[in-house]
Amino acid sequence: MSTADVCAAILWAGVTLYAIFGGADFGAGVWDLLADLHITGRAGARPRISAERVRGQIDRSIGPVWEANHVWLIFVLVVLWTAFPTAFSAVMTTLYIPLALAALGIVLRGSGFAFRHALPGPVQRRATTVFGISSVLTPFFMGTVVGAIASGEVPAAGDGDPTGSWIGFLPLVTGVLFVLVAAYTAAIFLVRDSGAAGDQDLRDYFAGRALVAAVIAGAAAVVGVIALHADARYVYDGLTSWPGIALVIVSGVCGLAALGLLLSGRSLGLRMAAVGAGTAVIWGYFAAAFPYMLPTSLKISDAAGASATLTEVIIVFAVAAVTVVPALILLYTLSQRQALEGYSATSDTTSPRQ
Amino acid sequence: MEGFVPSIADASSNLLAARSQMGFTLGFHIVLACFGVAFPAIMLIAEWRGRKRNDEAALRLARNWSKAVAVMFAVGAVSGTVLTFEFGLLWPRFMDRFGDAFGVAFAIEGIFFFLEAIFIAIYIYGWDRLSPRAHMWAAVPIVVSGVGGAFSVIAANSWMNQPQGFTLDSSGNVTNVKPLEVLTNSAAGYEFLHMLLAAYMVAGFLLASVYAVGMLRGRRDRYHRLGLIIPLSVAAIATPFQLLVGDTAARAIADDQPAKFAGMECVYEGGPDQTEYIYGRCVDGKVKDGIGIPGLDSFLVGFSKNTDVTGLNEIPKNERPPANTMLHWSFDTMVGIATLLSLLALWFAIAWYRKRDLPQTRWFLRGVAVSGVATVVALECGWIVTEVGRQPWIVQGYMRTSEAVTPAQGIWWVFGLTLAIYAALAVIAVVVLRGLSLRWQAGREEEAELPYSPPPEAPPAEGSA
Ligand code: HDD
Ligand code: HEM
Ligand code: HEM
Repeated sequence: MSTADVCAAILWAGVTLYAIFGGADFGAGVWDLLADLHITGRAGARPRISAERVRGQIDRSIGPVWEANHVWLIFVLVVLWTAFPTAFSAVMTTLYIPLALAALGIVLRGSGFAFRHALPGPVQRRATTVFGISSVLTPFFMGTVVGAIASGEVPAAGDGDPTGSWIGFLPLVTGVLFVLVAAYTAAIFLVRDSGAAGDQDLRDYFAGRALVAAVIAGAAAVVGVIALHADARYVYDGLTSWPGIALVIVSGVCGLAALGLLLSGRSLGLRMAAVGAGTAVIWGYFAAAFPYMLPTSLKISDAAGASATLTEVIIVFAVAAVTVVPALILLYTLSQRQALEGYSATSDTTSPRQ
Repeated sequence: MEGFVPSIADASSNLLAARSQMGFTLGFHIVLACFGVAFPAIMLIAEWRGRKRNDEAALRLARNWSKAVAVMFAVGAVSGTVLTFEFGLLWPRFMDRFGDAFGVAFAIEGIFFFLEAIFIAIYIYGWDRLSPRAHMWAAVPIVVSGVGGAFSVIAANSWMNQPQGFTLDSSGNVTNVKPLEVLTNSAAGYEFLHMLLAAYMVAGFLLASVYAVGMLRGRRDRYHRLGLIIPLSVAAIATPFQLLVGDTAARAIADDQPAKFAGMECVYEGGPDQTEYIYGRCVDGKVKDGIGIPGLDSFLVGFSKNTDVTGLNEIPKNERPPANTMLHWSFDTMVGIATLLSLLALWFAIAWYRKRDLPQTRWFLRGVAVSGVATVVALECGWIVTEVGRQPWIVQGYMRTSEAVTPAQGIWWVFGLTLAIYAALAVIAVVVLRGLSLRWQAGREEEAELPYSPPPEAPPAEGSA
C-alpha cells in the first residue's frame, strides 16, 4: 500500500464515521419532522405518543453529540483538500450546486436545532420545522454528490456539467437512499436510547419506524442497484465481483440480523448489526471503486498531493486517533449515562419538557 | 438548464462576488471564533474563583456564561463549516495548486475542533453531574484547543502572506513540502499572537460592556460587578501586549510585504523621511486632508528618520493593493481604537491598584460600555488590512486571486442569500442571548433550554438568586 492509499483509507474512515454518526443525526431530524404525523392505524391499538415526547428523546439523544459528530465532515473536507487537492477541486468545480445546497442545509439545520428551545412559541415551531426539513435536504444533496461521483460524471480536470452531472437517475436515487438510510440508522439508535431510558412505548414507536424505514430503504436499494448497473458500470462490476461482493454479502447478513433483532424486540447487538450493514456497504463501494478516487476519471495515485504532505496527514491522523477517539468515547459514555439519569427523573410523565 | 443558473458572465464581477462572499462570511465567523477561543478561559476563571472562595455570584456567572458559550459555539460551528466549503466552492484553483502545501495546518485544526466540541459538551452537561474538580478539568482542553485552533488557522493565513516551505516544479506543481516550515512561516508568530490577544480582548471587552450597561442602569450588585471585573481584567491585561505585537507586525510587514505597508500607510513616493499621515484620503498619488507628522513613519519602521520606506511607485502597477483609502482608514482605526482601549485599561489598573475598586464615575462605565463594539471594529479593521492589503495576491507572489476564483456562476445570488441568512442568524442569536440575560436578571436561571444543556428538570445546584 502506498502512502496515497493509506491517506485514502483515512479519508474513507472519516466518510464512514460521518455517514454513521452524522447520518444518525440527520435521521433523527427526519423523525423530528415526522413526529407530528400521527398514523392513527387500528383504533386504540397503541397508546399515542405525543410529538413532544418523541422530540424530547431526540433532543436527549443527539443534544450532547451532534456538534462533535459534524466535525467528521470538516475532517473529510480537510483531508480531501490536503491529501487529494486535485480531486477536491474537481468535485467542487463540478458539483458546486448540490454542495452549496448541502452547506445551506447545514447552516439551517444547526441553527434550527440550537435555537429551537431558546425561542418563544411560534418562532420555536418554525425553527423546529426548519431543523426537520433541512435534515432531509442535506443528506439528499450529499447523496447526489456521491451518486454523481460514482457515475463518473466528475472529470479529473474539474468543470464538469454543473447540472447534468447530478440531476440523473443514479445521483437522485442515491440522494433518496441516503435520507432513508439515515432515518433507519437514527431509528435504531433511538430504539436503543429509549429502551435504555426504560421507556418501552417510545422504544416500540421507534422500532416500528425502523422497520418501515428498513423496508422502504431496501426497496430503494434495489432501484439503486439498477441505477448502478445503468449509470456506474465500473462500480457495479466491482460490487458484483471479489472483494466487493463479499462486503455486499456481509452488509446483507448484518441487515437481516438487525431486522431479526428488531422484530424479536431485542436491543443487544442491534446497533452493531445496523452499523455493520452500513459500514460494509460503504467499504464495498470503496473496494469497487479502487484504484479510483473518482471512478474511471481520477486514480488515487494521480489525485494525491506532495508526498511529505501525505506523510504528515498520516501522522496527524495517528495523533487524532490517540487524542480525539478517547475523548469521543468519553463523551458518548457520559451522554448515554446522562440521558438515562435525566430521563428517570420524570419517566412517568408523557411530556418531560416545559 | 440554461436559465437555472443566473448568468452574470463577467469574470471580474465573479471575482468581486467571491471576494465579497469570502470577506463577509469570514468577518462574521471571526467574531464568534473570538468567543470560542477566549470565552472558555474567562468562564473558567469565574468558576475557579467561585469554587475556591465559595463565591456564589462568581459561580452563577460561570454557569450562565456556559449557556451563552453554547449558543455562540453553535453559530460559530455552522459559520465555520460554511467557510470550509467556501475554500473549495469559491477558490478551487487555489486549493488544487496549494491545498497540499498549507492544508496540513487545517488538518491539525481539525483535532482541536474535535476536542473543543467534545469538551464543551461535557462541560455544559457536567454542571450537576461531575465533581467540581472534574468539571473544572473539563474546561482545560477547551481553553487549550481554542489556542491551538487559532494557531492552526492563522498558520494557514500567515502562510498566504508569507508562503514558505515548498518548491514549485517546472510545471508549477507544489513539491518538496516541508510542513514544519509551512507552520512556522515568518508571519505566523506575530499574526498568531496578535489574533490570540485580539480574541481575548474582543471576548473580554464585549462581555464587560454587557455588565457595564447593566450597572449604568442601576444594577450594581456583586453579580454585575464581578461580571464586569473578571472579563475586563482579562482584556486589560491583553491590551498593552497587543500594542507591542501590533507594532512588531507593522514593522515586519514593512520589510516582508512592502506593498501592503505602502498601501495601509499611503506611501506613494518611496524613500527616507516619510510623513506619517493620520487618516486623510489617498488620491492622485497624495494624501489629502490627513494630519501629517513629518518623519514619523520612517521612525516607526526603523527607529530613525532616515529609514527607507518602499512606496507604491516602486511596485508594479498590477501588484498594488486596491482601495488605498479604505486600507489606510482601517489601519488607523485599529491603531486609534487600540490607543483608546489602552487608556481605558490604564484607568482601570490605576483605580484598582489604589483602591481595589472600579473607578467611581459613570464615565468609566460608559467607556467600558462602548469598548466591546470598538474592539470588534478594530478586529474587522485588522482583517481588512491583512486580506485586502494582500490583494491582488491570494498567495503572496505566487498566485493571483483572479487565477484562483471559480468560474461558477451565480455567486452574487449566493451572496445575497448569505447576507439574509446571516442577518437573521445574528438577530436570533442576539435575541436569544438577550432573553437569557433577562431571565438571569429575574433570577430564573433554570428555565432556559439551550443546545447542549441538559433538560430543565435537572435539579438546581445553587440557592436561589
Ligand atoms: C482587538 C483587536 C486589535 C487591536 C486593538 C489591534 N489589532 Fe492589529 N489586527 C487585528 C486586531 C487588532 C486582527 C486580529 O484583526 C489582525 C488581522 C490579522 C492578524 O493577524 O490580526 C490585525 C492585523 C494587523 C496588521 C496586519 C497584519 C498582517 O497583515 O499580517 C498590522 C500591521 C496591525 N494589525 C497592527 C496593529 C497595531 C500597530 C496596533 C496597535 C497599536 C493594533 N494592530 C491593534
Ligand atoms: C477570520 C478572520 C478573517 C477575516 C475577517 C478575513 C477577511 C477577508 C476579506 C475582507 C477578504 C476579501 C479581500 C478582498 O475583497 O480584497 C478575504 C479574502 C480571503 N481570505 Fe480572509 N479573512 C480572515 C481570515 C482568513 C483566514 C484565516 C484565511 C485562510 C486560512 C483566509 C483566507 C482568505 C481567502 C482564501 C480569501 C479570498 C482571496 C482574497 O480575496 O484574498 N482568511 N478575507
Ligand atoms: C482567524 C481566524 C479563525 C479563528 C481564530 C477560528 C476559530 C474557530 C473556533 C474557536 C471555532 C470553534 C467554534 C466557535 O466557538 O466559534 C471555530 C469553528 C470553526 N471554524 Fe473557525 N476560525 C477562524 C477562521 C476560520 C476559517 C478561515 C475557517 C475555514 C476553513 C474556519 C473553519 C471553522 C470550522 C469548520 C468550524 C466548526 C468546527 C466545529 O464544528 O466545531 N475557521 N473556528
